[in-house]
Amino acid sequence: MSDTPSFAPLPAVAPAEGDASCRFPLLLMFFCAACWLVLASGFALISSIKFHSPTFLAGSAWLTYGRVHTAYLNCLLYGFCLQAGLGVALWLLARLGQTPLAQPWLVIVGTLVWNAGVKLGVFGILWGDGTGFEYLDMPGYAAWIIMLGYLLIGLAGVLTFHQRRERQLFVSQWFIFAALFWFPWIYATAELLLVRSHVRGAAQVAIWAYYNANLSTVWFPLVGLAAIFYFIPKLAQRDLHSRYLALFVFWMLILFGGWTGVSIGAPLPAWMPAISTVATMLLAVPLLAVALNVQRTLGGNWGKLRANAPLQFITVGAVALLLAWLAKIVCAGVDEAYPVSLTWLTPAREQLNSYGFFSLVMFGAIYAILPRLTHAEFPSRTLVRVHFWLALFGVLLVVVPLAGAGIVEACRLHNPDTPFMSVVKSTMPFLRASTTGDLLLALGHFIFFINVTALAVRFYRPRVAGAYADATADLSPAVAKL
Amino acid sequence: MNYGPLLFLAAFFALASSWCGLVLAPQLQVGQLQQTNTLSGGATYPLGRPGEAQQGLQVYRANGCASCHSQQVRQSRTVCDVVLTEAGTNQAALIPALLTLKCGTVPTEAEQHAAATAKGKPPARIQDFSEPEARELLAHLPQPVRQGLTREEANADVKALTAAGAKALIWIVPIGPDISRVWGLRRTVAEDFLFDYPVMPGSQRIGPDLANVGLRLPDANWHLRHLYAPRLYEKGSTMPPYCFLFEKRKIETEPSPEALTLPPELAPEPGYEIVPKQAAKALAAYLTSLRADASLFVAPLVAASAATGTTTNAPVASEPGSTNPVPANPPPK
Repeated sequence: MSDTPSFAPLPAVAPAEGDASCRFPLLLMFFCAACWLVLASGFALISSIKFHSPTFLAGSAWLTYGRVHTAYLNCLLYGFCLQAGLGVALWLLARLGQTPLAQPWLVIVGTLVWNAGVKLGVFGILWGDGTGFEYLDMPGYAAWIIMLGYLLIGLAGVLTFHQRRERQLFVSQWFIFAALFWFPWIYATAELLLVRSHVRGAAQVAIWAYYNANLSTVWFPLVGLAAIFYFIPKLAQRDLHSRYLALFVFWMLILFGGWTGVSIGAPLPAWMPAISTVATMLLAVPLLAVALNVQRTLGGNWGKLRANAPLQFITVGAVALLLAWLAKIVCAGVDEAYPVSLTWLTPAREQLNSYGFFSLVMFGAIYAILPRLTHAEFPSRTLVRVHFWLALFGVLLVVVPLAGAGIVEACRLHNPDTPFMSVVKSTMPFLRASTTGDLLLALGHFIFFINVTALAVRFYRPRVAGAYADATADLSPAVAKL
Repeated sequence: MNYGPLLFLAAFFALASSWCGLVLAPQLQVGQLQQTNTLSGGATYPLGRPGEAQQGLQVYRANGCASCHSQQVRQSRTVCDVVLTEAGTNQAALIPALLTLKCGTVPTEAEQHAAATAKGKPPARIQDFSEPEARELLAHLPQPVRQGLTREEANADVKALTAAGAKALIWIVPIGPDISRVWGLRRTVAEDFLFDYPVMPGSQRIGPDLANVGLRLPDANWHLRHLYAPRLYEKGSTMPPYCFLFEKRKIETEPSPEALTLPPELAPEPGYEIVPKQAAKALAAYLTSLRADASLFVAPLVAASAATGTTTNAPVASEPGSTNPVPANPPPK
């Protein structure tokens, strides 16, 4: 696998120099991501409370369940997950390529454009302009802006990859490089065919399934695993157990992950759900490979977890990824005999994937990256730790009750003699329990926001104060004279 | 392999393969779908929704109704019913033939469940009738004489009845929990969404499935009242009230005919009335237009239920010996 580079690489830059080039763009991205997270948990709480009292905020069209819940999903997805994922990916590309971030201004402009697009999109959803395709709800006018923002950020990523000084690639670079191309392709496909020009009839269902599977089963794992395979060995101070196992995961994921979206009951020709089910079953292979690789890399050093909050986040995230894949495989397996795809098990799985896995890994990565960017520690280590426990219990208290509700719903719906209202009633206690989880998550997000802001303030305050003092130094005699 | 371009090509081909499979192929197969004909009667299906219902689809989309309601009915499989359509002239042979028919062996969904939980009684089915019952049955044709059969058993029964000089045919009956729940008569297929944009089959059943709500609840006024106050009809309903689709108006000269009739605890103060806005009327029109009850080549259906049997699914008299009307009517090209 090793080969001689075709041209002599530039000398590698010191990590500190790379970090300095990343500093402002990434702080901006992580700060915006934290803001979206706080907003998302606000929407999540509102939609969760509606299960306690359907009349809560029901008088306003803006805050009806269908819109608030959709806004929540999209804030979390486009505001936090994608944005934080891109930030972490850029840092990894710069660090692993031993190069400064290429064209940081592209990232800054891209982030501003991206966030403007997401703002417009979420506003559009609340206003009643949602597209009706779950996870792709932002109206067409916002989608163009989001795409433009992504292209600017992605371009900086590709340039950074291209100008790497260390030619030997680490596995994380494979994952990230593929992810950089993956998103614009699937997003453009879905936007052009579903929102811009309307394909006919049920073909929309297939294309939506394609987008959804590629985002949640390919893009998230690509970026998340890049972080897992880089940070777990790094933070545990060990070598990655097997590079080839990681590359094997990469191939399996990109070859089969994109096929997994169509559920059995979908109103489509039977070969599509069939092929999706087979592809989902094949996910068992990368699942085992990831489990083996993570387990061997940590090598039983679970004690290290306790000392290191970022490692805790990332390891728990890796476990959640395995559980989410396992749940996906099991659900696809039993769906034919016991329909589970239209129950609460689906959101439980999706929360486990987008929140339990991806967001936790991103938290860990951000907590590991930020001190390196700013050469400063977080003002309060306890707050980081508190965030970890809140996030962990929050995820458990959301996913476990929702999964419970899903199992109860699936079993009871299977018996046609059970009236539907009675099925709904039996899921209610679970849904209400999950509100506690939402509350913990909201608190955790607020703490994350405080942590990120506090570190940014700690870094920039002396500099801003210094700059202000310099700028006003000439003025003070003049002021004194007045 | 340390080359970026090679890595790019690898990702490109992986992505292109699933793109061809789940974007291009569906577009070529499902995206080019045309209207088809129903099996019985040959009516064109589907017809576009009326204008107001199309506006209602947009209200449905804007308010995220698909977050809670699916529009996809699933069926576990189909079973066959044998239907006697004409008794013929040789009753002496027919009655013994009827009496020797064995009862069906394919358990229905409810029976499976009853067997699994070992409680609850199996549903009643036509089987093992006595001679006077058989004679009584011959007086009211067409009648299903056997239900819940496999295709082979049904064919054998039809053969036996035909040999006795009668005419019989096979009804194909989809079964499954959704269908027993009367959420639909058959599974939802691509044709049902042909003219809709966006297609929202939904991902969850927080509320009941709506694929066939227009057939279950055909009254638009019911929907309007239900949208305004869901708990009017279902005490513990978790559906939020959509009051913002209605307006409270002062009664000018005489009450509007569109005003909702509400119980005293929900009614506005005297002199005022609750009137649906255009969006609410459109949404109700959309909901009543949701009915996927046509028997199609891809999802054959001959519903035995009296509610719809007369309109779409009356058994067609066929040649003696014709066991199944279904394959004889492929969809038009």
